[in-house]
Amino acid sequence: MGEQQRIIVIGATSAIAEHCTRLWMSSPATVLLVGRDEARLERVADDLRVRSPASAITCVAIDFCDPVAIRTLVDDFAGGGAIDIALIAHGTLPDQQQCQQDLVACRDAMEINSLSPALFMEALAGHMGPANRGRLAVIGSVAGDRGRRSNYVYGASKSLLDRYAQGLQHRFAQSGCRICLVKPGPTATPMTARLTDEGLALARVEDVAQVIVKGIVKGKPVIYAPGKWALIMMVIRHLPRFIFNRLDI
Amino acid sequence: MVAVSSWGRLGHWEHQVAPLHDRSRIAADLATHGSGLAYGMGRSYGDVCLNPGGKLWTTRNLDRFIRFDEESGVLECEAGVLLRDIQQLAVPRGWMLPVTPGTCFVTVGGAIANDVHGKNHHRLGSFGDHVSQLRLVRTDGSQLDCGPDNAPDWFAATIGGMGLTGVITTATLQLRRVCGPWLETETIPFHGLDEFFRLADGSEEAWEYTVSWIDCLSGSGLRGIFLRGNHADDESTVPPVGKPSYLGFTPPLSLVNRLTLRPANGAYYFLHRLAAGKKREDYRPFFYPLDRLADWNRMYGPRGFYQYQCVLPTEQRQDALSALLDETAKSKTGSFLAVLKTFGERQSPGMLSFPRPGATLALDFPNRGEETLALMIRLDAIVGEAGGRLYPAKDARMPQQLFESGYPRLQEFLPFRDAGISSALSRRLLGR
Repeated sequence: MGEQQRIIVIGATSAIAEHCTRLWMSSPATVLLVGRDEARLERVADDLRVRSPASAITCVAIDFCDPVAIRTLVDDFAGGGAIDIALIAHGTLPDQQQCQQDLVACRDAMEINSLSPALFMEALAGHMGPANRGRLAVIGSVAGDRGRRSNYVYGASKSLLDRYAQGLQHRFAQSGCRICLVKPGPTATPMTARLTDEGLALARVEDVAQVIVKGIVKGKPVIYAPGKWALIMMVIRHLPRFIFNRLDI
Repeated sequence: MVAVSSWGRLGHWEHQVAPLHDRSRIAADLATHGSGLAYGMGRSYGDVCLNPGGKLWTTRNLDRFIRFDEESGVLECEAGVLLRDIQQLAVPRGWMLPVTPGTCFVTVGGAIANDVHGKNHHRLGSFGDHVSQLRLVRTDGSQLDCGPDNAPDWFAATIGGMGLTGVITTATLQLRRVCGPWLETETIPFHGLDEFFRLADGSEEAWEYTVSWIDCLSGSGLRGIFLRGNHADDESTVPPVGKPSYLGFTPPLSLVNRLTLRPANGAYYFLHRLAAGKKREDYRPFFYPLDRLADWNRMYGPRGFYQYQCVLPTEQRQDALSALLDETAKSKTGSFLAVLKTFGERQSPGMLSFPRPGATLALDFPNRGEETLALMIRLDAIVGEAGGRLYPAKDARMPQQLFESGYPRLQEFLPFRDAGISSALSRRLLGR
């Protein structure tokens, strides 16, 4: 065994992030868990400490929309040694109707789903690209592939991450650092809890995390999880507008 | 609304499903109108885990460990943690669950609520015997910690309490030391109940695990395979378990039927007779043989199956078992895997715990409607006569009167019920 992997997880209390972290920590690692709620972070950390007692786990709660705090946090962690894996996983599923009525809610949704993760990407890429190693992954969404009336505030926010990741991939094409954009389909997590009872078939978060972790190891530029969503979204993206606009989706 | 079933797949019923995620805010999650019920893996066979038309609070996302002391073997975790995850965590560190049922795909909360038992009941009792503390959240917003020394009445009501006393959110378990993942096992073919009891009673002293598979078509003339095991003094690790197989579809007819049962039971018996003798075995195939086919319950086809598990008091066990086996053999139905085991002479921790001194028999019956129900009523008569009881975790149809006669502490239990919790089984057997 060489040195422990250095891993930073933003939005570490998100169910997908938590399950990915469990998989990465099957061998001991140095991990920084970043979130908004200190108590919830500690609960995640306690679980990981039981699973992986040889790991070094730290929690930090910060304001996700404060560029200065983001810069300081990332600089500090990068200062401790090269980063092997960075996962940016935070986000919320806003109520589309509410966002249409209330521009404050609309702005808040875009801030937390778009602006904040983009700032984290920029700050992390600035260290990881030149370090010429590691994986920088950000959780986008299949919803970002085409705007739909039922959730375009969320979709548009996630699609910004798509372009941002693309730009970073272009910028660091010659670097050993790989930028991965993860696009989970609807997954059974707290974020989608209210969809569960609408009978939607949601993927199990354990399975989604497996796909993501494998994709990140390979350094795939785009990771659909589960994989079938690559096909589904290809069809959705290519539907002619006159058909697409008639669909109730 | 979502259609939800249980392991017996006797039907699918509409439920409002509300996942629980965060153990610190469960009281708020439960504060809703209408009755609810906690639902883990849905591995109980009948209706103890169902609440048709009402709410199901799914606990699978409450899957965090809280602390594990490698010196003392004390593990605290959330109630949705799977027994599989505990074994995977603990075995490489020299600890193991002291009691485990025949599948590891159950949650800790479910194992407590049904006070499950394993092949070592005569040595270590049931699952509840190893719970030192649990946290119960009630639908009135209150929360309460209980254990054998702390609010012991609440604890005794909740162990085996079928989830009706509140939602179990966390539990502290005492694990047992093991050297490694290996067991020394022995497989012994036998004929007749006398030989079975000679083997079972004679193995109690020297063997920690005992169980037997029987051919339920052979009647009281009985042929079967007796299995016993002890932990081996071997620290070498086992390879990670491979992915389980899946049937992947529900056959249009039960694969277990009059045509297949006799050859299948015969083949099983002869294959195991060939494998008779001693060997060193990984704990997983020994404890969880059926987990290798993850969806074996679908073998019984679209109509599902009943499991009938009873325990018969020691004094009556021989006669009552003969009668049960004759009745089953006569019906020519019955199960591929019938399981017979003796329980130890010990008091169970829960007011409604299933295990009691005696012998327990578990039979699967493909659901053939009236015919199957009629057979089980005949079996009920034998169990009732012998002063035995049925296992609610397996049940979808027992008469109220048999439940009441089988569980003499029922009246003591009732005051501990949570008024906001109800299940199909509680409405059937407890009136609400």
